[in-house]
Amino acid sequence: MHAFDVLGDPVRRRLLELLADGERPAGEITAIVQAEFGVSQPAVSQHLRVLRESGFTSVRPVGARRLYAIDSAPLQEVDDWLDRFRRNWEESYEKLDDVLEELKGKELKKKGRKGNGR
Amino acid sequence: MAAKTNQLKVTLPTDTTILLEREFDAPRHLVWDAMTKPEYVKQWWGPRGYTLPSCEIDLRVGGEWRYVSRAQDGSEYLFRGMYREITPVERLSYTWIFDVAPFNENVAIETVELEDRGGRTYARTTMLWPSKEMRDGHAEAMQDGAAQTMDRLEELLATLA
Repeated sequence: MHAFDVLGDPVRRRLLELLADGERPAGEITAIVQAEFGVSQPAVSQHLRVLRESGFTSVRPVGARRLYAIDSAPLQEVDDWLDRFRRNWEESYEKLDDVLEELKGKELKKKGRKGNGR
Repeated sequence: MAAKTNQLKVTLPTDTTILLEREFDAPRHLVWDAMTKPEYVKQWWGPRGYTLPSCEIDLRVGGEWRYVSRAQDGSEYLFRGMYREITPVERLSYTWIFDVAPFNENVAIETVELEDRGGRTYARTTMLWPSKEMRDGHAEAMQDGAAQTMDRLEELLATLA
């Protein structure tokens, strides 16, 4: 599954958000998401499975609990994509800044020529 | 000069949109001119290394725009669309097509909104695709295009070395 497809689902995005500050037990995040989205426990389990299998999260058992944590590699893929997109636009906009400086200069000159009243 | 305050922000507010936010150190009517007059658009549109040899803008609802972007290796790409909404100085909305098969089947809607911030201008550009697949597909198309260009440049440099 492509990173964007995984992130396309609001429940999965929320689950990742809940893990942003560190590892948490599956039971805890499942309960939160169930309450917020009004979805069943098996449905949340299914989302957790997608996150696990796509490599977005890692799991380790501690006693009877399963602790979920974020794995940053797939998130990096999205970041890279956005970074490149941002860079392309930043380059365009930097050129636009130059055009605007030129236009401001032209306008000032025009005003100057017309005198103070516009 | 004002570099730090003019950071570009790119976010994905929904599954089908990309949002660009940026401030410009110029009054709104000048930003509008720079974005809608071919002689100015030619000077800035596209990432570094790309030029815009042709830029046609028929700025009226139903009017078309056609930009030809040229990469350093000479390859050219047509971008085009039609104006849907024009509120001078404030808001511009148009269809957006990257006219290279198979991507030209995907029609996006781009909306630019300009807000006056006391002599400065806040610009908000929303790109809306019919589906998430198309949005992501577009991004990858652009990325592949750029990557291919770099590959070709590398090949060329290798032959010159």
